[in-house]
Amino acid sequence: MNNTKMISRFSLFKRMVLFAIIISMLCTMLSACSSSGDDEDTATVGENGVVYVYNYGDYVDPDVVDMFEEETGIKVIYDTFDTNEEMYPIISSSSVKYDVVGAGDYMVEKMIQNDLLSEINHDNVPNFKYASEMCLEFAEGYDPGNVYSMPYTWGTVGILYNSRNIPDGEITLWSDLWKDKYYDDIMMMDSLRDGLMIPLKILGCSCNTSNEDEISKAADKLIEQKELVYKYATDAIRDLLLNESANIGVIYSGEAIYCQEDDEDMHYVLPEEGSNIWFDTWTIPKVAENKENAEKWINFMYRPDIALKTYEYLHYGTPNVEAEKMIAELYPEDFENPALFPDESLIAKCETYHYLGKETDAIYNKYWKKFKAS
Amino acid sequence: MNKKALSAPYVIWIIGGTLIPLALMLYYGLTDGEGSFTLSNILAIGEPGHLKALLTALLLAAVSTLICFLLAFPIAVLLRRVKRAKGLIIFLFLLPMWMNFLLRTMAWQVLLEKGGVINSIISWLGFEKLRLINTPGAVIMGMVYDFLPFMLLPINNAVSKIALSTTEAAYDLGASEMQVVFKVVLPLSVPGIVSGITMVFVPALTTFVISNMLGGGKIYLIGNIIEQEFTVGDNWNLGAGLSIVMMVFILISMLFIAKFDKDVEEDLAI
Amino acid sequence: MKKHGALRVIYLVLIIIFLYAPIFTLMVLSFNEGKSMGKWTGFSLRWYASMFSDEEIMEALGNTVFIALVSALVSTVIGTAVCIALPRMNKKIRDAFLALNNIPLLNADIVTGLSLMLAFVAFGVSLSMGTVILSHITFCIPYVILSVRPRVKQLGNTGYEAALDLGATPGQALFKVILPEIRPGITAGFLMAFTMSVDDFIVTHFTRGAGVNTLSTLIYGQVRIGIRPTVYALSTIVFVTVLIVLVLANVFQGKGARARQGKRI
Repeated sequence: MNNTKMISRFSLFKRMVLFAIIISMLCTMLSACSSSGDDEDTATVGENGVVYVYNYGDYVDPDVVDMFEEETGIKVIYDTFDTNEEMYPIISSSSVKYDVVGAGDYMVEKMIQNDLLSEINHDNVPNFKYASEMCLEFAEGYDPGNVYSMPYTWGTVGILYNSRNIPDGEITLWSDLWKDKYYDDIMMMDSLRDGLMIPLKILGCSCNTSNEDEISKAADKLIEQKELVYKYATDAIRDLLLNESANIGVIYSGEAIYCQEDDEDMHYVLPEEGSNIWFDTWTIPKVAENKENAEKWINFMYRPDIALKTYEYLHYGTPNVEAEKMIAELYPEDFENPALFPDESLIAKCETYHYLGKETDAIYNKYWKKFKAS
Repeated sequence: MNKKALSAPYVIWIIGGTLIPLALMLYYGLTDGEGSFTLSNILAIGEPGHLKALLTALLLAAVSTLICFLLAFPIAVLLRRVKRAKGLIIFLFLLPMWMNFLLRTMAWQVLLEKGGVINSIISWLGFEKLRLINTPGAVIMGMVYDFLPFMLLPINNAVSKIALSTTEAAYDLGASEMQVVFKVVLPLSVPGIVSGITMVFVPALTTFVISNMLGGGKIYLIGNIIEQEFTVGDNWNLGAGLSIVMMVFILISMLFIAKFDKDVEEDLAI
Repeated sequence: MKKHGALRVIYLVLIIIFLYAPIFTLMVLSFNEGKSMGKWTGFSLRWYASMFSDEEIMEALGNTVFIALVSALVSTVIGTAVCIALPRMNKKIRDAFLALNNIPLLNADIVTGLSLMLAFVAFGVSLSMGTVILSHITFCIPYVILSVRPRVKQLGNTGYEAALDLGATPGQALFKVILPEIRPGITAGFLMAFTMSVDDFIVTHFTRGAGVNTLSTLIYGQVRIGIRPTVYALSTIVFVTVLIVLVLANVFQGKGARARQGKRI
């Protein structure tokens, strides 16, 4: 039966004999002209080798990458993933051998347990002395002594809403997102841990629970809310909020700042039930082939001026004490923004995610799928 | 020079590129993480989440295949009667097919989003904005749009092959227009229709892209589950097991469709 | 029957609108000054400027063409070779070959992509642009065979044997007799393989390695982050290019066909 498809396409193809070739030449020329050699990154190598970086998309200032390449002579090959869950199988199967991987806190824990990470040589990362107390304390939870990971950014998960359409102060709780009046106006996180964290917090449970009953109840709560939800997404939420496709979105604190820059009426709330505080870190996989370059990369990221540039680009919390002082001087208004520097009493209610082990992971997965397919 | 030696690269390619990968898929599907035999990945289709996703996929694929047929058959019949600039008109219908299918799907997202074009027009006219995107309807719309050419091509081929003298004869014998369409053209184009149905149904049943882009994470199909198991869920064995189940369903539906057309088997053999 | 004429035209026009409205929406928005999906804020070419200066997009464009050229070329050679060899084989082996050829055609793309990925990982091949090309060759070969085989069948064995009788070496007979005769089939197979490769998303998605983006994977990634107007500009360019190529091809093919007819008369 595919024959019919073939035959009908066949005649169309015949018509293209000359022209597909011409167009392909045009395209090659076009791309060759406009991206002058940079696209040959797999072939060219810096004078001091390469470093393969695997991280969230758009998560390092491109200027910082350029500066690093210029100063060290190391060629950076930057590849991206959307979620940690997507990154993990790539690393665990070592189907691609990356040198530096940006990993979330709970993923660091999982990778340590599965022996996928190599110890970072602290002597090669002298700038780690700038790491802040708060970060080191939370880091004890997932990587005691920062043997395998060094924090890159931190932040919280909260709610951002458009105060032109939703009265200021109307939303203070996660459970507000279950109100009928917000029908088709809510955007929720489309990732397993963040997604289930919210109902777990409403139910007063830890977001690291391994109690199947609690997880099941949380999933039921999400199913109950599904009709009200406009869309489940991750990165796309901020643009949809700005485009006023919906007025309420669950969002990472850094993204909230990005939205507020475009639109002052966006309000960020760290809900009172407590939330997740997260750390994204740099790690080096066991299979890394350019470990020293990876350490140079991490050290570079910890240089105060680079950490400041990173903050200016991303607007996520910085683990760098020196950079924080500079921010306080340069951007005093940021210190009053709950998205950046939340109330300490609220931080106290926050938890980092922990790696829960294969069995509990499977339970979360099962109920998450049940909710998603509902 | 031995002519038979020319087939060597192909043999290597078929073994390395088709047989071994499929055997591995089977192996993964029938073993657990430690490599011992199990049927649990296959039986996992019975879990509520998986079953629901499969049923939703079957339903959406069936509906969009039906809509594609209902749109494409009249087009083919009408195109048959076009006399002037026929080539140009057929060209107009097939042109969008040459555009990248992700771009075409994305275009519907831009149209259907609440801050998008259609809703902007609706609210400009003074009506309440509608819930268009992130619904089963939006996913079906995307499937129909993306796969309509696959239905139109074979049906149009089959219909245009019917000799004009055949239909003229029917008219001469006093058949009405409707009778000609349903009693002459339709039966004679069954092979094309069967091809069209398979070519729309299989990609629609297995897609994860359209449901992702137009379903807003609210529509979860079997393709989404499989993709997630291989990427996010990190359970390749389960993903492989569910792929096998999905393939079985495709085979069953193809056999079911093939019942309507004995020529299909001949068609399959080259 | 005249009274239905208008209805018919309306139906066809409605379908045409359905087919083109989304594409034209993207075209219009690509000239929009602002980022909004629904509000027109003024004419601007800025998205075209930022598209052409976007290295990621240009690289993906280059990759797409490169991958398509290489895989179309290799699959054409392999597919043509086996088609020439087929008539010499005994029927059972030939039927087996042809049956195997159908597997990638009938298989769902997601299964093809995933099983290839499993194979690469099982043999310790790390994913890269190379694995994408290997995968594309795999799904392109069947299309080449479909277009070349009818020509070989038509050709029969007589020409080849006559050439041998007249003292040609098998190599000469192959290049001077067989290949010129089946060239239209080879060209069509090459083009089909090229298009299949350019249009593929799913197989590439599962078999691509670090930093390897084709247009399809790039768009997929961008849509998940949030659609940027540069992609509207990109899709306008893609559409216009396809349009020009197909129109030119039609015009030239029309001329060619007339010329050939002229000869025959």
